[in-house]
Amino acid sequence: MSVKLGVPSKGRLMEKTFQWFGERGITLSRAGSEREYAGQVAGIDGVELILLSAGEIPRELAAGRIHLGVTGNDLVQEKLVGWNAHVEAMAPMGFGQADLVLAVPSAWVDVGTLDDLDAAAAAFRQVHGFRLRIATKYHRLVREFLRDNGVADYALVDSQGATEGTVKFETAEAIADITSSGDTLRANHLKVLEDGLILRSQATLFRARQAEIGDADRAILAELLSRLQVS
Amino acid sequence: MPEKSAIIAEAARLRALFEQAGAVPVETAILQPAATLLDLYGEDIRARAYTTTDALKGEQMLRPDFTVPIVEMHMAHGAEPARYTYAGEVFRRQEDDPERASEYLQVGYEVFARDDSARADAEVFALIHRILEPLGLRAATGDIGILMAAVNGLRTTERRKAALRRHIWRPRRFRALIDRFSGRAPVPESRAALLAMDDPMAQAGPLIGLRDESEIAARIAALREDAKAAPISDAEVGLIDAILAVRETSLDALKQLRDIAKDLPAISAAVDQLAARLEALEGQGIDVAALHFEASYGRTQMEYYDGFVFGFTAEDRPDLPPVATGGRYDALTRRLGQGREIPAVGGMIRPGLALALGEAR
Repeated sequence: MSVKLGVPSKGRLMEKTFQWFGERGITLSRAGSEREYAGQVAGIDGVELILLSAGEIPRELAAGRIHLGVTGNDLVQEKLVGWNAHVEAMAPMGFGQADLVLAVPSAWVDVGTLDDLDAAAAAFRQVHGFRLRIATKYHRLVREFLRDNGVADYALVDSQGATEGTVKFETAEAIADITSSGDTLRANHLKVLEDGLILRSQATLFRARQAEIGDADRAILAELLSRLQVS
Repeated sequence: MPEKSAIIAEAARLRALFEQAGAVPVETAILQPAATLLDLYGEDIRARAYTTTDALKGEQMLRPDFTVPIVEMHMAHGAEPARYTYAGEVFRRQEDDPERASEYLQVGYEVFARDDSARADAEVFALIHRILEPLGLRAATGDIGILMAAVNGLRTTERRKAALRRHIWRPRRFRALIDRFSGRAPVPESRAALLAMDDPMAQAGPLIGLRDESEIAARIAALREDAKAAPISDAEVGLIDAILAVRETSLDALKQLRDIAKDLPAISAAVDQLAARLEALEGQGIDVAALHFEASYGRTQMEYYDGFVFGFTAEDRPDLPPVATGGRYDALTRRLGQGREIPAVGGMIRPGLALALGEAR
């Protein structure tokens, strides 16, 4: 047995995660070729590195198949119902910052707040005969946010990528998506609503609450967390 | 929870009681077209109902309640007046509370009748009351029609009233609108800046998407009109608050509402309706002096109930959902009837809960 650590399998998120662990004396690296999704851990014994898609890490944590995992809290909160019961956020890692925001065309000068969006949605439905469409891949977070804020007469449409383009393409009237600088939004003639911040997210180290663990591994996990200075 | 076979037997027993009261048993499909439900309840229904698709029929939902298909059935080929009963499973996704059932049986009784709605309200309530009497449940009642009438009677623009009516089942947004229309909440900065501009579209940049310039212009015109309208007076806001605060036994509630109606005559007809209903309930043997009434009862979960509403709960089991709920849903028949409508009132019992509580006693 070993303590299983799930880390995003590619890109900047992987590199930054490796760097974050490296700064704390734990060296993570890919095993073998660039294409192989297995990893190596140096600096501590009994820890196994598993490279996964960042989007799958929440599910693997909830299922208890990994003990620790690095992913964005946006993904954890979107994918896990009652996320707090399944995972514990051990440490924000200071990178991968992104905000989930609600954005509308910049030319909608009459819409600055959720209150405006709600009124515009009611009028839109009367004119067009269907509800104002919001493109997103964060269905649960967006729906909960809009329900809590009493916005009605909208419909969510699924968009798994290039969400900023859906308005110009006329498959949606507004979007809810992750943004870090807002450049992509501006380039696509979109603006964030003043009260349209749904969630602040960053890469976070999570611990699975329900993963099975033996006594030996429990000691290794404690040692790892203490080396990472997060316990 | 009791065995499923026992719950099915209890459902059959309850449905037979509703048949004895004059209802015709009906069945509805489990798969319901998602479009109808989404149109009625909006995106929120996706959080509560199971959605599935097939290539021919498109998006379908597992029946989250019986009311919608029964109203559709009645509007399509029902004779009047009509009484229906049904028993069957409903399906509810649970995103927040894993303890709540995601499928359970409901047994219901629905009355479609044009004459004497007070009597029909009383008939449905008293029938369910009699059936559940051995369980010693607490009955609560309310009437959304009174708040609706109060909104309609406000001395303000039709547009503001329409906005308030639209959010009558969303208390938080309703309150935010009241605060804004009465001048209690400050005008948002972006709104003030917009209203100060001569030609707001001048700097707007390229317009993308389906919502076009005429729609933006129409909303700006509406905002300008609204900015000129006088605020809803403190006195009227006070009356709305007073209505929402009514939480009494029925006869005391009636007295309070009569007092409020002196200053807000627009609710008089709705209060008369409450009085007529209490009389009809008394005629059915209900002790109205002890019956609880809350003017805001059912406002958060019972969208489309637009008059009398009620629920029966086990007081010593606050963890359980209501054993029975119901109310009047004239607005729903209007929405589904495509130009036609019929006054309707109904209620449903959850046989599983009724049985579990019965066994516990």
